[in-house]
Amino acid sequence: MLFSGLSEKLQDTFRKLRGKGKLTEKDVDSALREVRLALLEADVSYKVVKQFAASLKEKALGAEVLKSLTPGQQVVKIVHAELVKLMGETQSKISPVDNPPGVVMLVGLQGSGKTTSAAKLARLLKKNGHNPLLVAGDIYRPAAIKQLEVLGKEIAVPVFSLGKEDPVIIITQALKEAGKVGNDYVILDTAGRLHINEELMDELIRIKKKTNPLEILLVVDAMTGQDAVNVAQAFHEQLGLTGVILTKLDGDTRGGAALSVRAVTNCPIKYVGTGEKFEAFEPFYPDRMASRILGMGDVLSLIEKAEAVVDEGKRQILEKKLRSQSLTLEDFLEQLGQIKQMGPLEDLLGMIPGLNRAGKQLKSLSLDEKQLVQAEAIIQSMTREERLHPEIINSSRRRRISLGSGTTVQDVNRLLKQFEQMKKMLKQINALEKGKHKRRGMFPF
Amino acid sequence: MLAQFKKGLLKTREAFKNRFESLFGVNELDEDFFDELEEILVSADVGVKTTEKIIGLLRERIKKERVRERSAARELLKKLLVEMLDDNQQASLAVAPSPPTVYLILGVNGVGKTTAIAKLAYRFSSKGKRVLLAAGDTFRAAAIEQLDEWSGVVGAGIIKHQEGGDPSAVIFDAVNAAVSRGVDLLLCDTAGRLHTKANLLDEMKKIYRVIQKSLGEAPHETLLVVDATTGQNAIAQARLFQEAVPITGLILTKLDGTARGGIVLAVKDITGIPLKLLGVGERKEDLEPFNAAEFVEALLA
Ligand SMILES: Nc1nc2c(ncn2[C@@H]2O[C@H](COP(=O)(O)OP(=O)(O)OP(=O)(O)O)[C@@H](O)[C@H]2O)c(=O)[nH]1
Ligand SMILES: [Mg+2]
Repeated sequence: MLFSGLSEKLQDTFRKLRGKGKLTEKDVDSALREVRLALLEADVSYKVVKQFAASLKEKALGAEVLKSLTPGQQVVKIVHAELVKLMGETQSKISPVDNPPGVVMLVGLQGSGKTTSAAKLARLLKKNGHNPLLVAGDIYRPAAIKQLEVLGKEIAVPVFSLGKEDPVIIITQALKEAGKVGNDYVILDTAGRLHINEELMDELIRIKKKTNPLEILLVVDAMTGQDAVNVAQAFHEQLGLTGVILTKLDGDTRGGAALSVRAVTNCPIKYVGTGEKFEAFEPFYPDRMASRILGMGDVLSLIEKAEAVVDEGKRQILEKKLRSQSLTLEDFLEQLGQIKQMGPLEDLLGMIPGLNRAGKQLKSLSLDEKQLVQAEAIIQSMTREERLHPEIINSSRRRRISLGSGTTVQDVNRLLKQFEQMKKMLKQINALEKGKHKRRGMFPF
Repeated sequence: MLAQFKKGLLKTREAFKNRFESLFGVNELDEDFFDELEEILVSADVGVKTTEKIIGLLRERIKKERVRERSAARELLKKLLVEMLDDNQQASLAVAPSPPTVYLILGVNGVGKTTAIAKLAYRFSSKGKRVLLAAGDTFRAAAIEQLDEWSGVVGAGIIKHQEGGDPSAVIFDAVNAAVSRGVDLLLCDTAGRLHTKANLLDEMKKIYRVIQKSLGEAPHETLLVVDATTGQNAIAQARLFQEAVPITGLILTKLDGTARGGIVLAVKDITGIPLKLLGVGERKEDLEPFNAAEFVEALLA
């Protein structure tokens, strides 16, 4: 189901093998093949996958897996942990400025999201008490300067531009200006360029030599495929990157590029872009990214989003219920109200990779707003006893509820089924959560 | 043709050369051949499933035709890929029996929609056609200015509203203006939107309906722009856009880089949407019609 993806596949693989008794090295090989495929499906580079699979094998051959009752889960756990390790375990933030002004250069391919990220970063720095200056260094794309100016105005951060002047001159002048005004961070937006365009890469090298940047951040589209390694490697070799910004993670891409880029540059991913709004700019969580790449959904992000709207006292009660799996339709009703507050459902469901593509089974879970209203009506037409003990809802009760809520018996059936599925899902999340550091987490559905 | 694409390829050819020589140079057809082929296809973003399918089909044909040499297998492979990409679907663009012809351009953020529109406008206006652009991206900062600048460069008119306005209102005005001014071609720009956002897809459907209502047959082409650097997510993009409105073709952009754009094989296989145009650079001239044989040659070059 929803969060299993790879782990279910692995469990299947092992189940088939189990019939013949003791697990062998060959069995582990076939499990690793599933892992390899999952990573390739997620767009991790072919070469990176190969290396990764080789390093995994030793660990997977460990006695723990072979002896385990749930070898599939064990392998997932190992893979997940290794991915987290590879992607940098801890969060990495933007470097502090010792000697202001500090230049932050954003570089990358065309359309990767540099201009938007520049504005988002400026807003974040400003919010944290800094005094950033944005610099319009894309002199090629029509209206790129204007775009940054508009964004700067919206977030009330000054934008320095000199029209279509040589970008080296632009940044030099901007630094003078920053010195006068007292800006600490100077964020330079540059034109999108191909890593094989020597002339344009040379422009970046000249800017680097002139300004000795504090940070050179590569902006990478999370939907990037196998080419991510070529791009990252070329930019890194020529410029010496200090970090990465991963954009457009609000889609349903698995985001394997994150791993590829990290593997070839060894640079930390410092921020991720999760939407077109300025606030949609977050620190990078390696453990979430690992789950996402493995097709286990961005569960923790969902949880965090939910936390923002949920009342603390009720949350604790609910959490207890979730843990003990005694969730009732009454709780469900309340949750529906909270889901409504969390903003468009698509945003939330969109974070779960594969949801849109998955089969009927998942479709029945992806409630749309209309269904939400209907669900509310149905639950409201139940007696309290029915809400607490849905198993007593027999066919005559179903008919009554459907009449009361202006729905059909099928609608009522569907809701009850969804509720059952949700409980199952919670069970899985609980299992997932247990492995992690203890978080104050809950799930909103 | 494909000059830019090939130029881009040349730069990375060195890296690929050894691999391909080992694949197609040695003439013995063994399991290594298929392993290497798998690596080439997956590294070109063809995707695991489609790669497995291709290799399966190739094995069948190799058996059927009793091929024993790599060079012959390579020819079979090329033929197979060309067939997959081009099932007699014309790469040519539909034209209205009586003007205006209307094309609607769609895609996720930053793939090259606006630039593709400029290139298309240039292509037609340099053939003496009268072209009008509709600034349907009222959302992104300075998107209107970007299209406006292009309209001057490529010699096309433009219909625009204010930033933040209703995109279907702009498109409505543009269709009417296209009719009353008697232009040949109307190209409608739209805001970048992720295929996972239902509200943005609804907005797009509305734009589509507005065109359809005012002109019946139109839009004559609804083209989805896909960035060649995109990985497997392009499949989801194509699927969900196609579910929302009937997509008639694909524009694959940024082929002047090192990405091979192999994902279109999977997209074609799964959605049936034909590839029509290739973006091979940032200049107004950098647009090429799609040719399956040349594309496959470049993919495996
Ligand atoms: N190298 C290369 N760059 C391209 C190509 N097509 C577009 N670009 C560049 O990609 C960037 C984004 O292009 P746009 O046309 O603005 O993309 P868009 O899809 O309209 O973007 P949004 O409207 O922001 O969603 C620009 O810098 C273009 O110059 C291409 O074929 N090759
Ligand atoms: Mg655009």
